[in-house]
Amino acid sequence: MLELVIVSTLNGVLYGMLLFLMASGLTLIFSMMGVLNFAHASFYMLGAFFGYQISQWAGFWVALVLAPLLVGGIGALVERFALRNVHRHGHVPELLFTFGLAYVIEEVAQMVWGKLPVDFRAPAALDFSAFTIFSTNYPAYKMFMLFTAICIFAALLAVLTRTRTGLIIQAALTHPDMVAMLGHNVPRVFMLVFGVGTGLAAIAGVIAGPALVTQASMAGLLGPILFVVVVIGGLGSLAGAFIASLLIGLVQTFGVALNVSLADLFGAFGITVGPGSALSEIWTVTIAQIAPILPYLLLVLVLIFRPTGLLGTRDT
Amino acid sequence: MSEVAKSADWTGPVPAAGGALRGYAVWIAAALAFLVVPYVFSSGAGLTMLSLMGIMIVFTLSYNMLLGQTGMLSFGHAVYYGLGAFFAVHAMNAVTRAGLPVPVIAIPLVGGLAGLVFGIIFGSVSTRRGGTAFAMISLGLAELVASSANILRGFFGGEEGITTNRTKLLPVLGLNFGPQLQVYFLIAAWCLLCMIAMYAITRTPLGRMCNAVRENPERAQFVGYNPQTVRFIAFPLSGFFAGIAGALAAINFEIVNSSYVGLGQSGVVLLAAYIGGVGYFVGPVIGAIIVTYLQVMLSDVTAIWQLYFGLLFIVIVMFAPNGIAGLLAMHQPLWRAGVLHRLVPAYLVGLAPLAVMTLGAILAIEMAHRFAARASDGPDMAFLRIPLDVTRPLPWLVAAAMTIGGLLLFRRTWPYVASAWNEATITARGRGEHL
Repeated sequence: MLELVIVSTLNGVLYGMLLFLMASGLTLIFSMMGVLNFAHASFYMLGAFFGYQISQWAGFWVALVLAPLLVGGIGALVERFALRNVHRHGHVPELLFTFGLAYVIEEVAQMVWGKLPVDFRAPAALDFSAFTIFSTNYPAYKMFMLFTAICIFAALLAVLTRTRTGLIIQAALTHPDMVAMLGHNVPRVFMLVFGVGTGLAAIAGVIAGPALVTQASMAGLLGPILFVVVVIGGLGSLAGAFIASLLIGLVQTFGVALNVSLADLFGAFGITVGPGSALSEIWTVTIAQIAPILPYLLLVLVLIFRPTGLLGTRDT
Repeated sequence: MSEVAKSADWTGPVPAAGGALRGYAVWIAAALAFLVVPYVFSSGAGLTMLSLMGIMIVFTLSYNMLLGQTGMLSFGHAVYYGLGAFFAVHAMNAVTRAGLPVPVIAIPLVGGLAGLVFGIIFGSVSTRRGGTAFAMISLGLAELVASSANILRGFFGGEEGITTNRTKLLPVLGLNFGPQLQVYFLIAAWCLLCMIAMYAITRTPLGRMCNAVRENPERAQFVGYNPQTVRFIAFPLSGFFAGIAGALAAINFEIVNSSYVGLGQSGVVLLAAYIGGVGYFVGPVIGAIIVTYLQVMLSDVTAIWQLYFGLLFIVIVMFAPNGIAGLLAMHQPLWRAGVLHRLVPAYLVGLAPLAVMTLGAILAIEMAHRFAARASDGPDMAFLRIPLDVTRPLPWLVAAAMTIGGLLLFRRTWPYVASAWNEATITARGRGEHL
């Protein structure tokens, strides 16, 4: 049991940090530009595929640097030449534009790399087990992922709180009009934030690619979870996104590990439900089976009891 | 408040009372069209497509009750469509088993009620907030239902789905609804009924309050209406019609699987409504017809039709945010003033480079597809029956020249098109049209 708790906690924190790498960019983009980037998970997927392709030619470490730069560049171009034009039509067309973009990116990825998973492997230098807890060998690559995510988190924090650009971004989070009024080039800040945000998602893609499965459907699998994180944390709150990322990461990893069903739970109190009764499936599915829907249940619960999210202050 | 101000420009002009749909003439014309088309497109494929269009029109219009009328962007409308379909299919099987005298004509009501009930349940959670938050919650709920559909196999039937047989139900006037033509007429009748009902709703005080909530929730509140309540009433109503569409689909296909409640289906209805134009009642109808046609026809022509579909959507969002109906409505005053024909030469001049550009882009995409995804088929392919070799530089150069050259030429011709447009509108204004 202790083994399960420790391993699940490690995995949960790792998954949570990966989620936060993406959720942080998404939150920054949303807070500044008011647009929820539907294609954010697509940039994560692009990061994984670029990482795979570049690592084929030049090795993993080059890919780790180049792929996020490339994807961030694409993100900045998308902001400059497309999103900025759609912006004048309002927020809904912006959201729809990113929705269409997600659709197109997935199709292009499918066209170039096919529908089947590609063979993206962790570098040989990290292909050993870091330590052994009880009987579980914990791979070094996962520790590397955790380390990278924490480093980027620290760097992001430093940039946001210590640099001039970071201060402008922070100011633009709450008072975008005032920041523009003070003479800062808000469109350029937008482009920068969009580029950096998508680049962060791409880093998550490159480091997650070898550990998870790199395929064209990975954006569709992760995208909705990402929105759950951002909504639970509170739209526009970085701290909220951090807490929600870890929460969702832990909920999902612990959910998968728990093999208990409602029937077991009620059985412990002496209440039994026959297999023939209506909706008997609801009684017999285990938590492990419903682990994929736990984040969405959590979302609904949070919205019922705290409609602005955990740390959110904005109404939309 | 900036969000409120902006929400006004994407919904486009509100159709004036009476407007394009004056009196009963339009509905009689629609009924006649529904009667005539199956004899024009009488082939099996034609009838199937017409049936699909009828279903899609109801579904897209129901979606537009949210997006176009009330300003609620939903990413999970297929939940009500799919649940309507599942309840309809279970109802059909139950009726057959019990031998009850229920005709298949009445089954869409079951789907509608399912959509209504689930609309009330999910709406009570999701309609508390508008804007982006509503969109995200709808996505979360959609994902919840879609994931549940894969877990609760008894009700949703897992991957293979649940089948039924529409001919086992009570025949009406000797019709057993086996042949596709009879199913088409069933769908057409329900489609017309739903269209009239949904149009009527837009004319009621409720429909007007929905528009008010879309335009400016705060002012709606000042007038004494709670925007949350208005959204909460509109949401289940829209679910009701989506459920009817789902039930019609269940009757048409006689099989329902978990993809009915999936995010893909929710995406398609959003695309259809937006391509058609959400600011106009006829917009979703146009969108439903075009999208269904593209889905059926494009998938025969090219393997990557979904890419073109996505690109079309992006182009519409970027350059024609009021959709195809918006483009048509722009030209309506010119047509009434009798100056529309003056635009034809300018449009031809503008469209020619645009066509070249599009063709070049399609050529590049098709070659890239052959080069990357289907390399095993060899480098030889045919584009518009012209054979070419994707490993040689010449076709790529041609594609690039067509795309870039077309774009540059199009930008050159744009001032000419714009000036022709201005002249025509000035003349039209002189003839008393409001532009």
